[in-house]
Amino acid sequence: MQRKQRLSRNTAYFVPYSLWILLFVIAPVLLLIYQSFFNIDGQFTFANYQTYFSSSTYLMMTVNSVWYAFLITLATLIISYPTAYLLNETKHPQLWLLLIIMPTWINLLLKAYAFIGIFSQAGIANQFLSFIGIGPKQLLFTNFSFIFVAAYIQIPFMVLPIYNAISELKPSYVNASRDLGATNWQTFSRVIFPLTLPGVKAGIQAVFIPSLSLFMLTRLIGGNKVITLGTAIEEHFLTTMNWGMGSTIGVVLIVAMVIIMWLTGGSGKRHTRKGLTK
Amino acid sequence: MAVNTQPIIRLTNVCKSYGDQQILKNINLELEAGKFYTLLGPSGCGKTTILRTIAGFTDTTAGQVYFDGQVINNLPANQRQVNTVFQDYALFPHLNVAENVGFGLKLHKIGKKELDERVQQALALVQLADFGDREISEISGGQQQRVAIARALVMQPKVLLLDEPLSALDAKLRKDMQYELRELQQRLGITFLFVTHDQEEALAMSDEIFVMNNGQILQGGTPVDIYDEPINHFVANFIGESNIIPGKMLKDYTVEFVGKEFECADAGMRPDEAVEIVLRPEDLDIVPADQGKLVVTVDSQLFRGNYFEIVAYDNDQNEWLVHSTNPADEGTPIGLTFDPQDIHVMRLHETEAAFDARLEQYEDD
Repeated sequence: MQRKQRLSRNTAYFVPYSLWILLFVIAPVLLLIYQSFFNIDGQFTFANYQTYFSSSTYLMMTVNSVWYAFLITLATLIISYPTAYLLNETKHPQLWLLLIIMPTWINLLLKAYAFIGIFSQAGIANQFLSFIGIGPKQLLFTNFSFIFVAAYIQIPFMVLPIYNAISELKPSYVNASRDLGATNWQTFSRVIFPLTLPGVKAGIQAVFIPSLSLFMLTRLIGGNKVITLGTAIEEHFLTTMNWGMGSTIGVVLIVAMVIIMWLTGGSGKRHTRKGLTK
Repeated sequence: MAVNTQPIIRLTNVCKSYGDQQILKNINLELEAGKFYTLLGPSGCGKTTILRTIAGFTDTTAGQVYFDGQVINNLPANQRQVNTVFQDYALFPHLNVAENVGFGLKLHKIGKKELDERVQQALALVQLADFGDREISEISGGQQQRVAIARALVMQPKVLLLDEPLSALDAKLRKDMQYELRELQQRLGITFLFVTHDQEEALAMSDEIFVMNNGQILQGGTPVDIYDEPINHFVANFIGESNIIPGKMLKDYTVEFVGKEFECADAGMRPDEAVEIVLRPEDLDIVPADQGKLVVTVDSQLFRGNYFEIVAYDNDQNEWLVHSTNPADEGTPIGLTFDPQDIHVMRLHETEAAFDARLEQYEDD
């Protein structure tokens, strides 16, 4: 009796979350998939997928999206790993972490507009370049500025999981490695990095996927020179009103996301082995 | 005796402070090659800091650390010929057992064939020959312990540092490992420096023990010396169980306590000097009350398996702990006897050097 009651109460705790998942995650995804099988006149068709995979424009867009998302993730990782590492060495890591997280509280659009100001012809970046004698230069609407701003926005999401992984690393691992004769670099490459890899993977998941569809930044900062899948979705839903095609691209993005999760989820061998013995 | 053998490790006047906090106060220590040493003391006494100083994880505030006659204060940890077994083992979870053991050899660019051979030998040494392919998460705490020892020994260090390596094991396994470690040390002839807060462990395994408290080495010597001749109240209390009673040294070989005079084996003190006397519970024999050198009343007793632990009080309300194979009756008076050499007299605030000098002086006559 009691056990049953407890069980039903436990189930009750899941209701809000289940509802949320159902209404805002599962239902929209199903709708998206459903929508992707209809053409602009509302007839059932596979043509959207046919178009997507046969059109060089869409394929180019996909390659572009993946390539830029890759560059953004790489730039973010190169900056975030040392940052997280140094953060762990500081006396008040929580304070520094707060400073790194704070920009995420500001609306993305506001940050984008701020960068338009900074990178504009008369902006502070060009003022500095003029001052040291190599400017002014065209900064806004370049691929560089797009990657720069995207990386700026994504850094907190990369720093956080990496920092967590590094701070959980037992100091005795580092001592043991030194004790066995490893130099600082060997200790890093053979012990610290492999052991913090789960944090890196989590960071890549958090950064790569959103970077595939940064339509706002490609438009505002990149000047629409780079057309990514995000831009295409926006165009189809808001401009051409071809919801079917927009949904198809959305489905492709979801599949890409699943693939990334699968590639970065767990380190294969060790995980499955552990799972088998338990 | 061993005049020409150079100590493998020597610490001279080593101090370590963090801010105002003095962790090590003027530590002097010599380790001869091939012996089993133990640093024994309560937690926070600085014993692990000494280990870290020798391993190279902590630098000293003052003083020199010598290895084989060379000052190694500024030698980084990865270039020292000592290896450590860590308290939490610090086995790398992303490597399997054999990869963990081979970690150091791989760094030293040892060829694959020799590496495999040496890893296998080291694993055989700790009786884990078939465990090379296991993941660290798949083996028990006791096995992890052995892997940690193998990982350190495979480097063929001249000195092996062990930081409370048995503290996480259950009692039975800990006993087994004590025998095994002792046996391993004697077979390999490597100097072991073992850190523990467990006095039984220290007494069972060591050639020599250094008893520490508050960042100082209070007394160094063989287990028997330290047990029989503790230098002060702290050591007497920390090593084994003791009855420590205030007394007065009337003259050489005669001491007074609980209002009576007793013959003893100690000398070299001022007449009528205030002292503390130590009587070990197992040295006290129970006899009928009228035959005892002391008469005490039994307060309580506990059955400890191989002996009864009896708590009794004398007329001055001094507590007496007695270990006896026979039970006593609670609330009844009993007599206690002991031999003159069972009494150990300690001067108040005597240093180890003064203690040794005094011992030599009267043992010579």
